[in-house]
Amino acid sequence: MAGGGATGGAVQSETYREARTLLLLPAWVTLGLLTLAPLMIMLVYSFLTKEFRGGVIWEFSLDAYDQFFFDRGLFGDEPPKIEWTYIGIFWRSIWQAGAATTLSLLIGFPTAYFIATRPEGQRALWVFLVTIPYWVNLLIRTVSMKFLLRDEGPLNDGLIGLGIISEPLGIVNTNLAVQLGLFYSYLPFMVLPIYAAVERYNFALSEAASDLYAPRWAVMRRIVIPSVKPGIIAGCILVFVPSLGSFLAPDLLGGAKTFMIGSLIEEQFKGNAGNWPFGAAASMILLTMVLILLMIFARQSRKEAA
Amino acid sequence: MPQDRDIAIDVQNAVKRYGTFAALKKISLSIRDNEFFTLLGPSGCGKTTLLRMIAGFEDVTEGAIFLYGQEIDRLPPHKRPVNTVFQNYALFPHMDVLENVGFGLEMLGKSKAEARARAGEVLEMVQLSQFAARKPSQLSGGQQQRVALARALAPRPKVLLLDEPLSALDLKLRKAMQVELKHLQRETGITFIFVTHDQEEALTMSDRIAVMSSGELQQLGEAREIYERPRNVFVADFIGDTNLMEVTVDAVAKGRAQCHLGGRHRLTCDAVDGIGPGAKVHMSLRPERLFLSADPVADESLKGRVREMIYIGTDIATIVDLDGGPQFTVRSSNSSRGNARIFEPGTEVAVNMEHGAARLLID
Repeated sequence: MAGGGATGGAVQSETYREARTLLLLPAWVTLGLLTLAPLMIMLVYSFLTKEFRGGVIWEFSLDAYDQFFFDRGLFGDEPPKIEWTYIGIFWRSIWQAGAATTLSLLIGFPTAYFIATRPEGQRALWVFLVTIPYWVNLLIRTVSMKFLLRDEGPLNDGLIGLGIISEPLGIVNTNLAVQLGLFYSYLPFMVLPIYAAVERYNFALSEAASDLYAPRWAVMRRIVIPSVKPGIIAGCILVFVPSLGSFLAPDLLGGAKTFMIGSLIEEQFKGNAGNWPFGAAASMILLTMVLILLMIFARQSRKEAA
Repeated sequence: MPQDRDIAIDVQNAVKRYGTFAALKKISLSIRDNEFFTLLGPSGCGKTTLLRMIAGFEDVTEGAIFLYGQEIDRLPPHKRPVNTVFQNYALFPHMDVLENVGFGLEMLGKSKAEARARAGEVLEMVQLSQFAARKPSQLSGGQQQRVALARALAPRPKVLLLDEPLSALDLKLRKAMQVELKHLQRETGITFIFVTHDQEEALTMSDRIAVMSSGELQQLGEAREIYERPRNVFVADFIGDTNLMEVTVDAVAKGRAQCHLGGRHRLTCDAVDGIGPGAKVHMSLRPERLFLSADPVADESLKGRVREMIYIGTDIATIVDLDGGPQFTVRSSNSSRGNARIFEPGTEVAVNMEHGAARLLID
């Protein structure tokens, strides 16, 4: 569609095409080197044979995927059964990420709505306040979350001091701790897109709805939320996807029972005990799953827009 | 004493302040049942603020608002049986036309089927039945406007509030909608409160008009009364074209006031209460109530010289310099009768007045 149209001569549009190719080059190089190439390496490695001390042997093999889905016994000679261990880890990851996303949405939506309804001059300050904790490294934030939640930490001390509980809650090393950690790690990714959507929202619609006898909650449910849905979907994707592959929060806040896909992948590449093809295969499976989810979301939002 | 059911909206000493700024300064007015009532004024006069106070979007700083005798000024908008047609329509973009129109009924607790049936009925009334399944973004401005109207009428409000609903339409469509709105008001028997800054629109549609400026009520009356007997300079100047002249009152007798203008031109007109001999006041002379002639037709004809002729289409305006005095604009219709009263620039003419053309104004 580019080019000079019917009146623009062939010469002009050829120059244009050349210039466009040149101008797009940096973008293509960046995409190719930083996105496509690593993905291709992953894809290739997932079909190679493992070397015992990390690394790969350049020999085609489906072992990595086979190991992920099937159990062939200790010596690999039994008839294949479904291997539930890794599927279970995946399932738990989805569940944990989903819970963290829900929590982010429950806290993030009111926060974003609050910020977007402040006088215009104040909004930037509120957005800044939301992002302040994120000037600190994720590792340190996650560790400090552990300090907050642990049995001798301020949360339990506070609740005991107030007489609400008599025993520490024992949150650390549970699923809840991981969910709280993920929630805290990615909350701004929920707040910011919803804030942007609510800020664009035409509040005359809320007035019109209340004029048409809608009480406050109905205005919210029937008018505001459907109008800012793209922001909500964007926020959910931005929290859910990194939560799904996260390994810091489960490692630091969870125990053995809260093992997530990110940690599984991380272990395959760490030290000498790893299995690179298996890690690569798990990554590819995770990527496929995320892509399928994104496609479902995209189709959904396209349907809404039509 | 009017009964509660005769007065749809009663505004009593309503004040609206934002900080130290008073948007409304003690407004009192009664809007009758089944009336097409217009709040007219320039932007910033407080007309929209008053409408929003009736709808419930703004609270009342002081005073009270009654709807058929019941005080409503403390009720939230969704508990007031009035509906609004918004200036930019505020249609719900994610709902189709039928859902938009049925929304109010649904919120009133009607079943979905009932809401749809009534919505369909109202859509028929505004001739939009075939667009029921469309989204608002797929409609033209005029169609959106009618959906907004249907949506506000569907719950059968006791009073319909219209906030400059026609201002976004082009001239032709606006004229057609003015007539349609007036018919709709008669058919439904619902009290309409219409806000506009367009004086012509107000005169065309309204039973009564409240002219407002800077938060105050300037005059309230029927269209004819407002136009022909403006109370003060603001109303005379805002409604229609007029010649505003500074005059001195010489004598008042038998309901007539004798005045003079610029020393030599003498005029008589209806006396106005509160304007006595010696008063220096303004006088409004409507250009279409003046006519030109080669020779004076009465003692009071004013002599002058034609400066300019302006062709308007339906009318021709002639600007006349009075001898030793101010300028006058005279309008005559562009018809064979009117054209007989048109003179070329430079001609000596007499400016004559029809009865009631001149009106004394309180400042």
